[in-house]
Amino acid sequence: MNRRIRHLGLAFAVLYVVLFVQLNRVQFFGAERLQEHSINSRGLIREFGQERGSILSADGVVIARSVEIGEPVDFRREYPEGDLYAHIAGYQSLNVAATGLERIYNDELAGVTGEQQFLTFADFFIDRDTTATLHLTIRDDVQRAAREALGDRRGSVVALDPRTGAVVAMWTWPSFDPNLLADPDGFAANAAFEVYLNDSSDPLLAKSYRELFFPGSTFKLVTAAAGVESSMIGAFAPVFAVSDAYDPLPAGSPIRNFAGGSCGGDLVEVLRVSCNTAFAEMGAEWVGPERMIETAELFGFNQLPPIDLPNAATSRFPTDYGVRLADVDFYRGGEDVILANGAVGIYENSARLAQTSIGQNDVAATPLQMALVAAAIANNGQIMVPYVVQELTGADGTSYGTTEERLWRQALRPSSADVLRAAMVEVAANGTARNMAVDGLMVGGKTGTAQLGTDPPNSHAWIVGFAGTEGGVAELAIAVIVEAQEGASEQTGGVVAAPIARAVIEAYFSK
Amino acid sequence: MTVLGQAPNERVSPIYAVLRPRRVEAGILVMVAVVVVVAYVLASLGNTASIPANFGPFLGWMLALGVVAHVAVRRLAPGADPVILPMALLLNGLGYVMIARLAEHVPGGSDLAGLQATWTAVGVFGFIVTLVLIRPVRILVDYRYLLGAAGLGLLVLPFVPGVGREIRGARIWASLGPINLQPGEFAKIALAAFFAAYLVDARDLLRNRVELRDLVPIGIAWAGSLGVMVFQRDLGSSLMFFTVFIVVLWVASERTMVLVLGFGLFVVGAVFSWTQFTHVQQRVDIWLDPWADSRDTGFQIVEASFALADGGLTGTGLGQGEPDRIPIVESDFIFAAIGEELGLAGTTAVLMAFLVLIGSGLRIALRAARPFDKLFAVGLTTLLGVQAFIIMGGVLRVVPLTGITLPFVSYGGSSLIANYVLLALLLRLSHDQRSVRPENSSRNESMS
Repeated sequence: MNRRIRHLGLAFAVLYVVLFVQLNRVQFFGAERLQEHSINSRGLIREFGQERGSILSADGVVIARSVEIGEPVDFRREYPEGDLYAHIAGYQSLNVAATGLERIYNDELAGVTGEQQFLTFADFFIDRDTTATLHLTIRDDVQRAAREALGDRRGSVVALDPRTGAVVAMWTWPSFDPNLLADPDGFAANAAFEVYLNDSSDPLLAKSYRELFFPGSTFKLVTAAAGVESSMIGAFAPVFAVSDAYDPLPAGSPIRNFAGGSCGGDLVEVLRVSCNTAFAEMGAEWVGPERMIETAELFGFNQLPPIDLPNAATSRFPTDYGVRLADVDFYRGGEDVILANGAVGIYENSARLAQTSIGQNDVAATPLQMALVAAAIANNGQIMVPYVVQELTGADGTSYGTTEERLWRQALRPSSADVLRAAMVEVAANGTARNMAVDGLMVGGKTGTAQLGTDPPNSHAWIVGFAGTEGGVAELAIAVIVEAQEGASEQTGGVVAAPIARAVIEAYFSK
Repeated sequence: MTVLGQAPNERVSPIYAVLRPRRVEAGILVMVAVVVVVAYVLASLGNTASIPANFGPFLGWMLALGVVAHVAVRRLAPGADPVILPMALLLNGLGYVMIARLAEHVPGGSDLAGLQATWTAVGVFGFIVTLVLIRPVRILVDYRYLLGAAGLGLLVLPFVPGVGREIRGARIWASLGPINLQPGEFAKIALAAFFAAYLVDARDLLRNRVELRDLVPIGIAWAGSLGVMVFQRDLGSSLMFFTVFIVVLWVASERTMVLVLGFGLFVVGAVFSWTQFTHVQQRVDIWLDPWADSRDTGFQIVEASFALADGGLTGTGLGQGEPDRIPIVESDFIFAAIGEELGLAGTTAVLMAFLVLIGSGLRIALRAARPFDKLFAVGLTTLLGVQAFIIMGGVLRVVPLTGITLPFVSYGGSSLIANYVLLALLLRLSHDQRSVRPENSSRNESMS
């Protein structure tokens, strides 16, 4: 009998080895696949079973917090300010995938990063509150001013500190109420999501940093920067001839000024009146494609902006202008054209370059990108990495880390930035950006009106600029876009967008 | 083979030699106590971040039960195997910690911990009573037909009007006043004794030539228990009984033919049940593809997989997982709860504990001198090992899921008491063989 008993022992050993192998498959090798299974709600329930850190504005206003509800999950997310921070904080929902800071700082807010969990040996055994609070750079008063000034017009406002990259305000209308999406009632949350999703104005999209717009004349700042950097263009020389149209070389339809006007003059003057013909010539004949592309990319075009928010859009500057044509005689209106001394020559697509130099054709930028253009000029050519999260703190106030200021790009030389900064101050003082000026402050600006080619004519009204105390450095860089406004005059940006920028500047400097 | 009186050192006194296994047992028990107490504290910290208020009583209760059981063995079966009791107490302790941790999270569970502690005490009491009454184990041989009848009677009990109860679709309960018991848990021991005793008689016949009429009583026992189980919808127990029967018959007859025949009968029975009973079909469907109906019929097994996956290598930590999402986690699915909170390390430890129990049980069978003792030890060990395999394999989807308890670990009074009785019988067998010189025949056999 003993032989059978030994065989029985062997059989049991085999059976239990089978169990052990299966245990390894389920708990180790296949565990990740099971955890990520679509019907596995354990991760979500776990998230909602625990309190989560708050999100606070720079001035301490609660943007997001956990509220204990018990059913159907222990906690839900509440956003006391409604739509005001929806595009920044995002939302955390049982039913809709999380967005914004709620998504990218999920682990920190939930307190599940290794650093937060195990500060001391004792933490291995006790259930300490490990959640982190997010302190933003956004100032509630400035954010509110942006919302109020924009009103119910579609558009975006981005304001940041050019010295650090800290975003002070970032507002887009239409926005949405994250409380509706964070509703623990799945049917209600899905219904609200459905409504927002089907809204043609796309309220869920943070257009301030995720949508591309034609920048129009605000882009002339980049063209001007390329000119000054090339040493071909100075503040007061050369002087562009007064003209009502620019005929591109080698061929193409003429570029005209707004309302068929004529303009010309030195850099300060053509910037002041936003002279299309002068900037088209500057880009196409004086700067050339290589420098235009280089400068645009130094300003951040064709680069993913390193902001600490998800899914930022990359602004676009076209890079294809064909090969350089031989230096033969070019004809314009039947007459020989003699290129300016030192000019770069003519390329196959120089006509396109003439258009992109004034922000037309295929140039596209986010409001954030245009704010960074102004910031570069305001901050001696340096673009700091933009950020919205200043600091993470634990429940007991200990800091889990502070965002350090970092240089993103040196867009232009400090001396070139000086030239442009002075020119922009002139634009705000006596030019198209007059409505942006604030008494007692140093303000520089540049308007833009990007025609949308619709009938009746509509355009995006833009303004970009900076502000600082008189005699001091710029403390705020700003970009405002009001989408699809009626009309198409160069005044549109100055009339529609500039007052919004002024309101935000005033709010910022009122404290 | 170490047998009392054959110790290499002749100067060692017999008393010392008798007590040596008990010293080993005491040593392992101390380790088990440390593990269980630490687990209890950790589970409580994980749950509420504080040392449990009832820590003192718990500690006292646990240690007292362990000490009482140990002292009982010391007095009543001092020569018995030293690892069986500690392994059972380890499983019992881990299960208790898990049940106490789950208690406030499962429906109607606030009393579970207290009840399980009470059942453990009753189980240890049954353990001692068995050690006192059944000595030597072979006295059971005289009662073999009574035991067989009692086994069948216990199985039929849930169908007796006024006593039987149907809970969660299985008619396996009998109520004794306010207490609901599963008589099948006790029936398995009675039937194992009956099988062993009967097959000792039939052994010589079986070895030579199997005649149909020799198998009639066995056939009755088999068909009877199987039939009752099918009507009670308790597939796990059905499989367990059948396996034990075949294994004991195989060991007794030493004929491979028995295994072939048994497997054939199993296939016939399985196919028949599968075609005839929708609840069997459902079990098989869930086993093959639990995801097909993961929110309803497959819910339990799918959630158990998620729990095990969350556990990973080292587990979420006691009190830090959410095993309460699995229906009936405190009983049939407690293995998944251990897997979630203690990880692969914890489940492997449980597997090892059962393997040690099986190994010890089979060693007792190997060393046993009398054929009945051998067969009974084989039957009891197989009961324990197969029951544990069926439920762990069911949770892990190695075999179709059938609702039975994980011995010593799951919540459940009948299961605990019956398994402590089973344990006492194994220890008694182990002790007996040390005080009796092996018969020549079996000794020769063990050398082969």
